[in-house]
Amino acid sequence: MRGTLSDRMGAALLMAPLLLFLILAYAWPFLGVVKWSFTLPTPGLGQYHALLTDDLVQSVFIRTLRIAAIVTGVSVTAAYAITVVWVRGSPAQRVLAEFCILVPFWISVLTRAFGWVALLSNRGLINTWLQSIGFISEPLTLVRNEFGVIVGMSHFLIPFAVFPLASAMRSLDERVLLAARGLGSSRMRTFWTVFVPMTRSGIIGSALITFVFSLGFFVTPAILGGGRSVMIAELIYLRIFQSPDWGLGAAISVVLVVFVGALMALLFRYVKPKQLV
Amino acid sequence: MQQPGRAAEIKANGIGKSFGSFRALDNLSLDIGRGEFLTLLGPSGSGKTTFLMILAGFVQPSEGKLFSDGVDITNRPAEQRAAGMVFQGYALFPHMSVEQNIAFPLRVRKKSASEIKQRVGEMIERVGLKGHEKKLPAQLSGGQQQRVALARALVFEPGVLLLDEPFSALDKSLRGQMQAEMKRLHQETGTTFVFVTHDQSEALALSSRVAIFNHGKLLQVGRPDEVYDRPANRFVAEFLGEINMLPVKGVRPADNGATGLCEDRAVNMRCKAEAIKGDAILAIRPEDMSIAPEASVDENGIAATAVASTYLGAATKLDLTTRQGAKVTVSVPNEVAAAALSKGNSVWLTWPAEKGFLLPDGGQ
Repeated sequence: MRGTLSDRMGAALLMAPLLLFLILAYAWPFLGVVKWSFTLPTPGLGQYHALLTDDLVQSVFIRTLRIAAIVTGVSVTAAYAITVVWVRGSPAQRVLAEFCILVPFWISVLTRAFGWVALLSNRGLINTWLQSIGFISEPLTLVRNEFGVIVGMSHFLIPFAVFPLASAMRSLDERVLLAARGLGSSRMRTFWTVFVPMTRSGIIGSALITFVFSLGFFVTPAILGGGRSVMIAELIYLRIFQSPDWGLGAAISVVLVVFVGALMALLFRYVKPKQLV
Repeated sequence: MQQPGRAAEIKANGIGKSFGSFRALDNLSLDIGRGEFLTLLGPSGSGKTTFLMILAGFVQPSEGKLFSDGVDITNRPAEQRAAGMVFQGYALFPHMSVEQNIAFPLRVRKKSASEIKQRVGEMIERVGLKGHEKKLPAQLSGGQQQRVALARALVFEPGVLLLDEPFSALDKSLRGQMQAEMKRLHQETGTTFVFVTHDQSEALALSSRVAIFNHGKLLQVGRPDEVYDRPANRFVAEFLGEINMLPVKGVRPADNGATGLCEDRAVNMRCKAEAIKGDAILAIRPEDMSIAPEASVDENGIAATAVASTYLGAATKLDLTTRQGAKVTVSVPNEVAAAALSKGNSVWLTWPAEKGFLLPDGGQ
């Protein structure tokens, strides 16, 4: 970041309200959550101990990591293909790709989750179509399980995965690709041995951002998982609002925040913040 | 450009290229001989790089045909032409080590691991990169990156090596060193080299022939001394180095050449007048003119006034104005310049009849 001192002060001033808001509405209340995790119901590390021994918490953590990993793989792969078209396609293809990337941002996550229920449920579009053409006799279980959650979350996260990739692909030196072809490499080979490795930082950034977002998903797994595929955020919700076991809920929250924070630190080692937008 | 290890002979026939309404290259025909070192020289936007890209197969010509060893390769894609290419900025693979960069064209050709190892090793030795095999391009200096680019382009023994302003990013001393090295590589490999530059001294120093471009047209092709001493037109004359232009009136053929009037004095020229009759421009390089104390009947000469001098160390560059107002620059020994400036600045400018050449008046 360059600029004169007054430029920087101006920028700091413009960002101050956001910082203030984050402190008041996020950091401060979160300190309260941290306090609960050490004090409820009795002071001590009891909740963290429970967290390490409770089978349910463990299984939810493992499921969350598993779903996040699968969603990341699916999203980054799909986003990579879309981004190649967006950045390197013909003008018409670019417009189409841009449309596909932006439209999802205009539809709420809730609407999209119910949209997938309509598509994937036992009497949804996909099952009725597959049955009508005689491909299956019994409806497939596509929703209220991990599969449904993965589909819904990937759909939500693909547009976010696109931006770090696009940034990496745009900054790539075209001549290096020409050089590869000039040296006798086919288009396919050039793509796999030159193009993909050269967009490595974009892939890492894209994967990390998708993974971090996946860990905190609430609405999509709650609707598409149908209570059978509970993820961390839903577990925290259940502990705070339904059990109520505030201490454990708070401890899970703290672990999640610390984990996400560590991943974010890793993310910013590979990508500059401006590459994400 | 197919058989490895054998220099290619390339023939361009009426090549043209338009980008929208912009005419990048117009009706270019050129024969590039087996194993020659041809330089494409011209200012930016003159079409030289477009022609190189057409040779490489990265740009499809709008019209015309391209032959390599007699085979029509006009529609052959770049990856099948397999010309070695060194890009401006080198275009090395940033994620591959020096070794991997150089091995790339051999890997693509599915050579055996032992052959790759041997040839890459030889090439690394040849370009003086021993000890840097495992480094990434970002860890190398500009000169070293240049060597990797050359090694990568030559390792698969292409029939032709195409070079797009390879030295533009190097500082002057390094550039001289790399030029010498490239000349050596050319002799060692015997491959046909096609080299693009806008630096005339580089072109004259390196090439067996120079092709001069301007506004998408090929103006002249010839040996460096031919194009320097006998440029086809004013643009070529001026582009290849500093040159003085003196108007000559009433040019007509004479014994051993031509004669005419320059600033009301009869001048003799050894060059042929042929197409030029009447008024013309006599072009003479600064190093071919000298300063004499007084007029001599045997030599061409006109009166001039010294107006400024620039000390260059080995010689002095003297700026003069002739009686009729033409500006002339000569390169003379330091003491001659000092003497010229001391004696009231009025001197006699002479040149031998065999130097200089005639250009059509106002001719481009």
